Amino acid sequence: MAVKVKLLASLGERHDRREAVIDHVPGMRVADVWDLVTSGAAMAPNTLTAINFEYCRRDAAVADGDEVAFFPPVTGG
Amino acid sequence: MKVEVRDQPFDPWRELADYQAAGGPRTGSGAAAVFVGTMRDCNDGERVRAMRLEHYAGMTERHLERIAAEARARWPIDDALILHRIGDLKPGDPIVLVAAWSAHRAAAFDAARFLIEDLKSRAPFWKKEQLGDGSRWVACNTAG
Repeated sequence: MAVKVKLLASLGERHDRREAVIDHVPGMRVADVWDLVTSGAAMAPNTLTAINFEYCRRDAAVADGDEVAFFPPVTGG
Repeated sequence: MKVEVRDQPFDPWRELADYQAAGGPRTGSGAAAVFVGTMRDCNDGERVRAMRLEHYAGMTERHLERIAAEARARWPIDDALILHRIGDLKPGDPIVLVAAWSAHRAAAFDAARFLIEDLKSRAPFWKKEQLGDGSRWVACNTAG
């Protein structure tokens, strides 16, 4: 029972953590994952979230085995 | 149709020539619209010496494949090409190449514009600039 977590770009630097694996908990949502990996740090309003490489809302349900990612606004191109 | 994220420098004009020579777009394509994005040596009033481009491996490629397919569904284009750099860049280095081919120019222009605008607003890439006295993450893309 695990969830893979990624903090990308500036978020990984800010929280000194780019990847984590946490235990899955029934009823877990994306915002709960953030709280666990950042020890309850405030999430910036413009933070983007994804589950299994697809954009999602912060209240999206997280399933066992999912990969959850948090990242700042994108700046490619 | 081709989508690629590359960690080595590329020449966009050679890429276009090679792609066309390899038979990507059909000979019925009377129009090709091309966008090339290049690293600048200044941003927000500061000299930028170098830049590192990061991406979210897996999600980025998936997103680019999706918008290329969406472009084909929305406009009568014959082909599309997206090539984007990651890694360490210096001023003048190409960052992105977007091209769309169609029978006539309207669809090629519209599809190419859609591809680059969606890429810049939704594809998970991030730029970190090296300045003369430190570094900074680019906070957001310009509107156009």
